[in-house]
Amino acid sequence: MGEVMDRRPYVREMPKSWWLGQRRYTFYMVRELTCLFIGAYALVILVGLFRLSQGPVAYGAFVDALQGPFAIAFHLLALVFALFHTVTWFGLTPKAMPLRLGEKTVPGTAIIVAHYAVWFVVSATLLLVARA
Amino acid sequence: MSEPVLELEVLRYRPETDQDPVFQTYTVPYNSDWVVLDALTHIKDNIDRTLSFRWSCHMAVCGSCGVMINGEPKLSCHTFLRDYYPGKVRVEPLTNFPIERDLVTVADDFMEKLASVKPYVITEEDRPVSAGEHLQSPADLNSFKQYTMCINCMLCYAACPQMGLTPDFVGPAALALAHRYNLDTRDAGREERQEIAASNEGVWDCTFVGACSQVCPKAVDPAAAIQQTKIASTVDWYKALLPWGK
Amino acid sequence: MAKSNKPIVWSLFAGGGMIAAFVLPAMIFITGLAVPMGLLLENALAYDRMLALVGNPIGKLVLFGVIFLSLWHAAHRLRMTLHDLGIRSGRVAMLACYGVAGLASIAAAVVLLSI
Ligand code: SF4
Repeated sequence: MGEVMDRRPYVREMPKSWWLGQRRYTFYMVRELTCLFIGAYALVILVGLFRLSQGPVAYGAFVDALQGPFAIAFHLLALVFALFHTVTWFGLTPKAMPLRLGEKTVPGTAIIVAHYAVWFVVSATLLLVARA
Repeated sequence: MSEPVLELEVLRYRPETDQDPVFQTYTVPYNSDWVVLDALTHIKDNIDRTLSFRWSCHMAVCGSCGVMINGEPKLSCHTFLRDYYPGKVRVEPLTNFPIERDLVTVADDFMEKLASVKPYVITEEDRPVSAGEHLQSPADLNSFKQYTMCINCMLCYAACPQMGLTPDFVGPAALALAHRYNLDTRDAGREERQEIAASNEGVWDCTFVGACSQVCPKAVDPAAAIQQTKIASTVDWYKALLPWGK
Repeated sequence: MAKSNKPIVWSLFAGGGMIAAFVLPAMIFITGLAVPMGLLLENALAYDRMLALVGNPIGKLVLFGVIFLSLWHAAHRLRMTLHDLGIRSGRVAMLACYGVAGLASIAAAVVLLSI
């Protein structure tokens, strides 16, 4: 019989930059960081409502401020990230909420397409109301 | 003409001599029919008998030959050299597991987590054999069949960053198996499993990276199981608030 | 059953993610780009219109829902992401993320009710 050797399991530390090396993890990190823009935009609406409560002059200043180059750049970026959030969020819905009709499992793409259809109607309605 | 060859970089760790793991390069004959496991076996048989690695079935069923191949968790019996040739192939033990020796990892923690979710049918009362078969319709089977395909290869644990960040996390395969038995019409053990699955170390540590499902060689989709468990646990939580809830 | 308060945190996160996915792209486009850049929707944010919208109880509720859920979604995701990035002082991150979201939501309720 061979002698029993000492065990000395080696633990590899996870590097802090784990999300940088592989596309899969970097994609995930970008997806998670969409939250910065979603949160920031919610705060912008909050500020707008606050200015609205202060009367027409204050509110007018807020609307004017939205025209600044920094504001436009922020909203452009926010739109890109918000769309990325929408696409990634809808893409995961069939996993979280699979649908079974009787014996059949509804294909995942059908669930995703249904989300886009609702999204389209909601977006179009918002735009039409804004235009009215 | 010289035979084509391929370079294999293998992470070695010999606890009695190595302070830290080191890469060792082996040159093996290139054969387009070979999988990485064949190359490892060639090394062990012909070049270096001290190389340690796990394997058993050589057909993607036993789940024991999982390693990192060029940074990606894969079954070495299921990964062809031709997909890398003429490039190098870099083989490392599965991430997020301690290394026992060379490519062999310590899987005890996974085994404990797996057992903790009671991955077997639990019935309210013991069913004697004389009670006959426990019938189930094909439709019922279909609702969880994909989760039964798990071979406990732990590739999903190697792919999951939350495993590395939060070692107490129960992890993909175990939670997928909990879900599999919860969905089984013959089973009555959900409440027991929820003790683990719906605890803080259960599904809530998951941030839906989705890597587990991408690397799974059996299309189990643990990420889906975990999200569904989150939703079901949330429904439980709100139900418990209702006066007629339990 | 093991009592965890995660379901409430998570369900608000998921609800916020859903709301944000459906309405934020259009809202950002309208308030942040179309109106300021004068693209077709110049009057969308006019003072009287906004006042009418917020004056309506349903308008108040919808706006509060969007703000609160978006903020909660962002706070929870940010907290998890800070952990992913290796910021281990969970308690500080938790207080900062949920704290800001909570205070801003209260502010939103106060402002909306004042109009
Ligand atoms: S879920 Fe897939 S990757 Fe994970 S252990 Fe089972 S078979 Fe392997």
